[in-house]
Amino acid sequence: MRLKSLLPLLIFLGLAAVLWVGLGLKPREVPTVMIGRAVPEFDLPPLDGRTQGLASAALRVPGVKIVNVFASWCVPCRVEHPQLSALKNLPGIALYGINYKDNVADARAFLDGLGDPFAAIGYDRSGRVSIDWGVYGVPETYVVDGDGKIVYRHVGPISDDDLKTKFTPLIERLREGA
Amino acid sequence: MRRLALILAVIFYPLMALAVGVDEARLSDPALEARARELMKELRCLVCQNQSIDESDADLAKDLRHIVRERIVAGDSDAAVRRFLVDRYGDWVLLDPPMNARMMVLWLAPLGLVVVAATTLIVVLRRRRREAAAPLTAEEEKRLQAILNATDEEAKRP
Amino acid sequence: MTAEIGHLALALALALAILGALLPQLGAARRDPALIAAAVPLTIGQFVLVLIAFLALTWAYVVSDFSLAVVASNSHTEKPMLYKLSGVWGNHEGSLLLWALILTFFAALVALLGRNLPARFRARVLAVESMIAVGFLLFLLLTSNPFERLSPPAVEGMGLNPLLQDPGLAFHPPFLYLGYVGFSVAFAFAIAALQEGRVDAAWARWVRPWTLVAWVFLTIGIALGSWWAYYELGWGGFWFWDPVENASFMPWLVGTALLHSAIVVEKRDSLKSWTVLLAIIAFSFSLLGTFLVRSGVLTSVHAFATDPARGVFILGFLALVVGGSLTLYAMRAETLTAGGLFEPISREGALVLNNVVLATAAATVLLGTLYPLLLDVFTGAKGTVGPPYFHAVFIPLMTPLFVALGLAPFLNWKRADLKTALSRLWIAAVTALIAVTVVAYLTWGGPVLALLGVAVGAWMIGAALTDLASRLRQGGRWMRLPRAQWGMSAAHIGVGVLVLGITGATAWNRESLEVMRVGDSLSVGPYTVRLENVAPVAGPNYTAVRGVMVVSEKGRAVMTLYPESRTYATPPMTTTEAAIRPTAVGDIYAVIGEETKGGWAVRLYLKPLQYWIWIGAGLMALGGVLSLSDRRYRIGAPARRKGAAHAA
Repeated sequence: MRLKSLLPLLIFLGLAAVLWVGLGLKPREVPTVMIGRAVPEFDLPPLDGRTQGLASAALRVPGVKIVNVFASWCVPCRVEHPQLSALKNLPGIALYGINYKDNVADARAFLDGLGDPFAAIGYDRSGRVSIDWGVYGVPETYVVDGDGKIVYRHVGPISDDDLKTKFTPLIERLREGA
Repeated sequence: MRRLALILAVIFYPLMALAVGVDEARLSDPALEARARELMKELRCLVCQNQSIDESDADLAKDLRHIVRERIVAGDSDAAVRRFLVDRYGDWVLLDPPMNARMMVLWLAPLGLVVVAATTLIVVLRRRRREAAAPLTAEEEKRLQAILNATDEEAKRP
Repeated sequence: MTAEIGHLALALALALAILGALLPQLGAARRDPALIAAAVPLTIGQFVLVLIAFLALTWAYVVSDFSLAVVASNSHTEKPMLYKLSGVWGNHEGSLLLWALILTFFAALVALLGRNLPARFRARVLAVESMIAVGFLLFLLLTSNPFERLSPPAVEGMGLNPLLQDPGLAFHPPFLYLGYVGFSVAFAFAIAALQEGRVDAAWARWVRPWTLVAWVFLTIGIALGSWWAYYELGWGGFWFWDPVENASFMPWLVGTALLHSAIVVEKRDSLKSWTVLLAIIAFSFSLLGTFLVRSGVLTSVHAFATDPARGVFILGFLALVVGGSLTLYAMRAETLTAGGLFEPISREGALVLNNVVLATAAATVLLGTLYPLLLDVFTGAKGTVGPPYFHAVFIPLMTPLFVALGLAPFLNWKRADLKTALSRLWIAAVTALIAVTVVAYLTWGGPVLALLGVAVGAWMIGAALTDLASRLRQGGRWMRLPRAQWGMSAAHIGVGVLVLGITGATAWNRESLEVMRVGDSLSVGPYTVRLENVAPVAGPNYTAVRGVMVVSEKGRAVMTLYPESRTYATPPMTTTEAAIRPTAVGDIYAVIGEETKGGWAVRLYLKPLQYWIWIGAGLMALGGVLSLSDRRYRIGAPARRKGAAHAA
């Protein structure tokens, strides 16, 4: 058996190995460049009928802040809602919302129906502030540390498992570090 | 790509809408508009990933087109517009990322393949010609004669 | 009940496939005629059973049996019957069943038509086909059972994606699969040949028609997919170098190389182990394509809903089939003796160039498609490879191939004189020169690269016509010319026409985008388009707005376009139905979008020579069909050449 005849097999085995590793990756997830950066400057108005909007200043105060980008028209946002409520109840956490390109009445019905876990909500009607965050889909969730730096981004709905394995340990670490 | 949206809707809701993507205001200055269009062709629609925002009807692509036009009107250079988006979405937003060592492999590979194929071919052809040039053994000579005779016979047949 | 019959039929087919994969091989090894003969009924049995399963699923779609999960999630009572039927394969499970159906169909054809094959050889071929069937039937039954029941049954279906409710796309997958799966026959012949340790002219004559059948279907399938993207997606693009498209393009490139190298094996007894390798690779690419599309390792615009478990299964199967066959190749390739010698400038030399270029092209497409994955695996970085890369590689790679394509028919076997060949091609050269001059004058200031496209396109057409003319002069009456000659000429002219079409549609594409009010005019190229009216219309399962646009040239109305924007209820979605009309220059392409600012968003394109792409692809497929009808290559009658017979 000469190397020449063996070559196709070797190339294929290499290829198969790469494909095998590739099966475990998430190709659709767009990498974020926001990690380690200060939160972008913004000042969003409240949803109509509410008093408090959301501005970057609120994210620079000490403590762990979580910012969730959501919309009432997004099905997965409903899916992750119980997990958001659980997040809110973790000690020393402030949970904020950015309402993405929503119809005000729908957004209010969404919050009235499921419950409002957010300490404050900024209404991003045009979606421009979300673009400053590097958002490319809803829901996305960002964790901001005590210095106002983004330390983690989660794409897609937060599952119960994500809550236990990703958010809780991270939040604990941040609180200990502070 | 809308099919993709349907599939993804279950796990994650990409920012897509069903607009055709031509309804937005074009810049009144044709030169600026042309520049904007050229830029849009090199920017990735992050939702559909392999398309530019110029040819995508995703909602996010529409917003990004809007931003591109806005920055251009504000007097940004092409590089500044690109930087604005790279700042938010990373190099990923550029469809044609700057040539770097990682991408060099990709671009040089076809050239390498052609060179390897050509060398192999030349080596094989040379070797076979050399082998063929070797004189026939007595046995081969006999077989050759037999074959030649047989063909002659065949040729004689009507 | 029908669903249970279908399910049972699949399970029985699997049992037959397992027997069919084992018994004939055992028989061939032990020279046991009874076991060898068992291959035929086992193969035909598989086909009949899978057909029953397929009909059962089709029936469930026809009667809208929403107790079946696939029907409920992909069909709808109000859907037109054509799309109920095409819905059968418009999803992962059903399309896989179609794969299995076509696979067993081809195997049954080999069993029935392959009477002239040595019995032992045929038994081995059929056993390989059965082995592949085992993999696909297991895949169906274990991970993607189309007969899974919903409990409780759904009241109404979710509907088929409106983009897929289209005649072009309804028939795109069957053709594509006929192509993909067709290569399994060449693959099975290659494996059997390796097992028997011999490849000769007779082998090449058996392989060629089957490869040709697969190639024709794949050509049509790819063209249909491209055509669909062109008119349905509303952007006027016809090829996006998307992973899913590449997945079908790679086996096509290798299949084309295989067609040409098989000629060398047949005529000159040379390139044998290479041809066997190509036969293995062509089908491997078909399997790889299936993996890429269904596993979710790559991001694609139109991938199936993906599931990692399925990915693991196909990858395991891929490793078994491809890894196994390449191992066999590594062990046995040496036993295939090198045959006839040739000089670099010769017919063989030109065919080798064809193979080198096509193989490099296939490898490049593979690399470009997998590169994002490679980057991710090795560096963790993200990156994508888009059209600029493929264009940059394909233009310099293909140009010498296209030049040689014109030249090759004028080269003698073994050793040829380039000067003589070129001297007979002066007309083609002059034609190309005139074409370039005229086009350069007409499109002054346009892309320079387009002139290269025109030059090679005109050269190929000119050369193929010259070849045809000179053979007609030699051979007397045209009816006496072998069909294979007609086939080659048609296919080669097709390549030329295709290259011209691609050049025209990409280099001189004109577009206008505007918000138009009724009564507004917009011009594109030499045409002026006036929006006369916009009115709502109702379709069977959608509502639409339809624009009426009058196209005029130099003040004279030449045609009326009716683009539509359709809104479907299930699933809720809007699609654009472009109005496309060919003119002498090229296609006029109009899209109407949503209502905005008191007007309508309208896009107009002028795509010069666009329809030449479809004509070119059609000519290539026609060439394949003509070749197939040649008596020497007809599938049912591949007689062994005298003296090549061997005791099986």
